[in-house]
Amino acid sequence: MRIKKHPILTWDKGKKVKFFFEDKELEGYQTETIAAALHASGIKEMRESEEMHRPRGLFCAIGNCSSCLMIVNGEPNVRVCVTKLQEGMRVQRQLGKGELQR
Amino acid sequence: MKNVDIAIVGGGPAGLCAAITAADLGAKVILVEQDDALGGQLVKQTHMFFGSEKQHAGTRGIDIGTMLVEQVESNPNIEIMLNATAMGYYPDGVLGINQEENFIKIKPLKMILATGASERMIAFPNNDLPGVFGAGAVQTLMNVYGIKPGKRVLMVGAGNIGLIVSYQLLQAGVEVAAIVEGSPNIGGYLVHASKIRRLGVPVLTSHTILEALGDREVTGAVIAKLDEKWNIIKGTEQTVVVDTICLAVGLTPLTELIDQGGGKLAYIRELSGYVPIHNQELESTVSGIYVAGDLAGVEEASSAMVEGKLAGAVAAKALGYKPKAAEQIIEEAHQELFDLRSGPVGAGIRAGISKLQEVRQRC
Repeated sequence: MRIKKHPILTWDKGKKVKFFFEDKELEGYQTETIAAALHASGIKEMRESEEMHRPRGLFCAIGNCSSCLMIVNGEPNVRVCVTKLQEGMRVQRQLGKGELQR
Repeated sequence: MKNVDIAIVGGGPAGLCAAITAADLGAKVILVEQDDALGGQLVKQTHMFFGSEKQHAGTRGIDIGTMLVEQVESNPNIEIMLNATAMGYYPDGVLGINQEENFIKIKPLKMILATGASERMIAFPNNDLPGVFGAGAVQTLMNVYGIKPGKRVLMVGAGNIGLIVSYQLLQAGVEVAAIVEGSPNIGGYLVHASKIRRLGVPVLTSHTILEALGDREVTGAVIAKLDEKWNIIKGTEQTVVVDTICLAVGLTPLTELIDQGGGKLAYIRELSGYVPIHNQELESTVSGIYVAGDLAGVEEASSAMVEGKLAGAVAAKALGYKPKAAEQIIEEAHQELFDLRSGPVGAGIRAGISKLQEVRQRC
């Protein structure tokens, strides 16, 4: 959900881009992080924990806590709270431990 | 290998002020920031700052950030490294940096660490559900990206951050169901609390969160009243329907780099956890490594800016840059810190600092 009206702030969002979350095509902006774009579309569940398979989302949003690790363009363990969105990106929930592609 | 007078790690309020001060005195500075922009957490502080004119009181944090960043960018003595994470400090005086998958080595004569702090978590069932955010994350989503974290929020903690972020949520058009605070008193400034209450948000002191509800995401929370010994009073449990739980339960210093670099730490509750042991001129137990801002003990951004100035002047003076001018800045900074920490609001910090000095004498 994007803020429509704000008493103090305005946002210069730049260019709109399309990206994929799982199989869904979504829209976001180049100036925002993947996590921000997902939250704008109402998606809060970013991965499942390694052992208990519990859903996990964004917690610190500044790259410290590793709660939001996702698979981006096939690469696991990407901190989506500090990674900017790009046109055509493929973003997936990370289920358990991330495996590097060979 | 890059050689430089002073390497500063962290481009928030403390790091920016350290860089400006040291560079103005003539030192060559490299400022290392892990994010893709400078400013640290100032970029999301939409409220006007307290303190005195010297710390830009009455100006919004976000505007102070812009001003400091402009000063850093236009200073020829400062080299800025963005997207750069300081990974380690080695016994031969080398600072290793990962910048966009490149490993870069810097050998500074002095180093100022201003790595900041991270959000604290509290224990309750389901605290890992999506929809439970740290207060800083809520500010990032709203104030940096213009995105609402949810529709209705339970705020945990009535310190300044809890109060200010609640007000910012209301400004963004998000409903705040209540603020719960375990202590019988509101920790933050009453001017903030009154603003929230006037807008109809209950501030429930002696209340805590018992658990988050929800299967894949937060759908509610159970809260309850506490007695004077912080025990839950049976029968006072109530469920609030919220999709977001915001934790404003404090911060804890990010000590990894100073710890790895050999700096000794001490646990000081009033300074928010483990802090690097340092003297009044902010030098850690490693000679030539200074600490500033939340890393040196969690306080307001106003104090972080002054500590940055102090560390910058001390480091530049130690290298022989304009010692007289540096000495004057050092004296001014000490006075500003004294003023910021005076009065009842600064009592905790004052206690923390005197504990720290006791620990330092012993080691």
